[in-house]
Amino acid sequence: MESIDLTVVWALIIGFAVFAYVVMDGFDLGIGILFPTLKVGEERDQAMNSIAPVWDGNETWLVLGGGGLMAAFPLAYAIILPATYPLMIAMLLGLIFRGVAFEFRWRDPRHRAFWDLAFTAGSVVAALSQGIALGAILQGIRVREGAYAGGWLDWLSPFSLLTGVALLTGYAALGAAWLNWKTEGGAQSHARRMVHLLVPAMIAMLIAVSAATPFLNYDYWRRWFDVPGVLLTAQVPLLVAICAFVLLRSLAAGAERLPFLMLLALFLLCFIGLGISIFPYAVPRSVTIWAAAAPPRSQSFMLAGAVFIIPIILAYTGWAYWVFRGKVGTHGYH
Amino acid sequence: MLEHLDAVVLARVQFAFTVSFHFVFPAFSIGLASYLMVLEALWLRTGRGVYANLFRYWLKIFSVVFGMGVVSGVVMSYQFGTNWSVFSEKAGPVIGPLMAYEVMTAFFLEAGFLGVMLFGMNKVGKGLHFLATCMVALGTLISATWILAANSWMQTPAGHLLTEQGQFVPGPSWWAIIFTASFPYRLVHTVIAAYLTTALAVGAVGAWHLLRDRANPGARKMFSMAMWMAAIVAPIQVLVGDAHGLNTLEHQPAKILAIEGHYEPSPEGASLILFGLPDSQAARVDYAVEVPKLGSLILKHDPNAALPGLSDFPREDWPPVAIVFWSFRIMVGLGFAMLGLGLWSLFARWRGGLYDWRWLHRAALVMGPAGFVAVIAGWITTEVGRQPFTVYGLLRTAESHSPLAAPAVATSLIAFVVVYFFAFGAGIYYLLRLMAKPPQPDETEPPPQPQRAAGITPAPATASMER
Repeated sequence: MESIDLTVVWALIIGFAVFAYVVMDGFDLGIGILFPTLKVGEERDQAMNSIAPVWDGNETWLVLGGGGLMAAFPLAYAIILPATYPLMIAMLLGLIFRGVAFEFRWRDPRHRAFWDLAFTAGSVVAALSQGIALGAILQGIRVREGAYAGGWLDWLSPFSLLTGVALLTGYAALGAAWLNWKTEGGAQSHARRMVHLLVPAMIAMLIAVSAATPFLNYDYWRRWFDVPGVLLTAQVPLLVAICAFVLLRSLAAGAERLPFLMLLALFLLCFIGLGISIFPYAVPRSVTIWAAAAPPRSQSFMLAGAVFIIPIILAYTGWAYWVFRGKVGTHGYH
Repeated sequence: MLEHLDAVVLARVQFAFTVSFHFVFPAFSIGLASYLMVLEALWLRTGRGVYANLFRYWLKIFSVVFGMGVVSGVVMSYQFGTNWSVFSEKAGPVIGPLMAYEVMTAFFLEAGFLGVMLFGMNKVGKGLHFLATCMVALGTLISATWILAANSWMQTPAGHLLTEQGQFVPGPSWWAIIFTASFPYRLVHTVIAAYLTTALAVGAVGAWHLLRDRANPGARKMFSMAMWMAAIVAPIQVLVGDAHGLNTLEHQPAKILAIEGHYEPSPEGASLILFGLPDSQAARVDYAVEVPKLGSLILKHDPNAALPGLSDFPREDWPPVAIVFWSFRIMVGLGFAMLGLGLWSLFARWRGGLYDWRWLHRAALVMGPAGFVAVIAGWITTEVGRQPFTVYGLLRTAESHSPLAAPAVATSLIAFVVVYFFAFGAGIYYLLRLMAKPPQPDETEPPPQPQRAAGITPAPATASMER
């Protein structure tokens, strides 16, 4: 038992929470991004209904990611949030509009067009902020004496804008694939076309980000291209290619669930790729997870609960998805 | 230096603004979730349509309130890092795990079962649906428990060790960190406040509809239930509030002295200042209207007991006196008004006038927002009373904030104010519109929707409840 490194375990748990958030709220936000392209009425209602029962649970992973980071790696939390301050504020405000739109569009049919717009604007702002923040963290944060030492626009760079657009595209693809699975009729065929457009766009973005990352810092370069590590890291792009191929083939064959699952696999591969670049840093190139870690007593106290509670959370979340399984239905209740 | 100070003040205003707005929603949803649980239980037990209709009526309101609570709550979980990064880094190892437990045991529970509670009535059996309602209600209470444990640790810190770098780290016992001296009082006082707030809001809606149609069974039922709650809980809250005050006197005396407006010590028993204008510059209360000895009687349960004064403490440790002096009086004043309403309703009930006494209904209507005001006033009292510290006596607010320039904090503050008033203003308007609709005029339940094999359309399903 001595050999288990609590800090690594917590890095994995928080990584898992962030990944769960990215894919689960990813398709919610993606639907928000695609919302203006859906026809007013049945198509939009179907899209909204397909996520109404689950979006709140999906968003909770973001709170676990943030709260968990504060608890397990307080120093990283205290550096990253001030460093990405305007992005975090924009994300939170975007999530407010996105979140209230779920209820308000039904409460106020006269202003439904407005709340639909708020739903989209909120989703786009949240997705862009998250993507830009990712780029900002990857490109490095100026730290002095354990505190953020940069200005309030340090996060802005061509690279971070690229990751912003990349994540936006990825979320939109996820949203489209979800709609292809959960809807029927016009909404579904529209979603199918969108997946066809968005997946190649997402792969192109992915290639651009992957190509740029090793040039940000020589460490990233070594991480990916040094022998013998390259034999292992080379598997990631290979698997990405296979997943993308299966995804588009299955879509063409009329599959409904497989394209979505393949997109999840693509996101997982990207996430593993990020892990390869970042580990073992909590704030890339300045603070390692061990330097940022809370004392073992904090980490072990949380772990004692997490090992039981997280599986239970996954179980009842799975149950909630199961209750609302299948097509959301074309013949909306009138 | 001045620029730093400005950033601190702006960050404080921002936290106060976002948390005050946020707190209104959970204060309502904690109470409503339990109320919905009771309504559904009564419906399942008695099979009476009036309970099913009331359940549906308040469920719609609950879903709007809960949604606003969620989105304003996500903001809170990131405010610690954005504006108070030094506090987060120093206190994170102690209060971070409490908040992580809140997420794991409460937020997921609420969110996971909320979908079934709101949209799953025709997807799962009645029993499972009731279970979902219970889980949501339980989640709101678990959430209150953890967050108040974290807050209580900031008020009456215990169980931690301080490192050489000034970081708070957990001591040998987490029990000591969670169950700090003020926690039990704060938890009971706050949860009761949430119930009382909800009772008054429900009572006001019932009263509004009784004033229009005294025969409406839904309006009668909700008014009666709300008035029972107010009559039973308001007196309990007075006693709990008193106990909480004694506890605060023991552990945060400066806070109580500021609330009381006692700048000078009172060796022969303190008076109770009913009203006055506290002036911390001159260290006196102008135009004070006071009752001799009553202060000591309340705080020490002995009219001649000595009490210290703020002047016994260093001036740099004084909280802002005028704010807590007034916010406390608003809270207590409203509390006694609630007690009065509860007693009046008992009298009306005894005389058979509960559904007929127009002035009682008018009073209940006016008291509808009183709970929210009292909750915010109470929160201001305890949080402003904690100043000038974030961790009481150990970490100063002026040393807790993020290394941000004032313009950045000012810009985000303006953005929050605009968005909150707009988005939540719209939400509150929708809530009032929902409340303005009368409940079903009879006891008949709407026919259950046909169960379609191909899934359901959740949102129109709730929209259809409006009819």
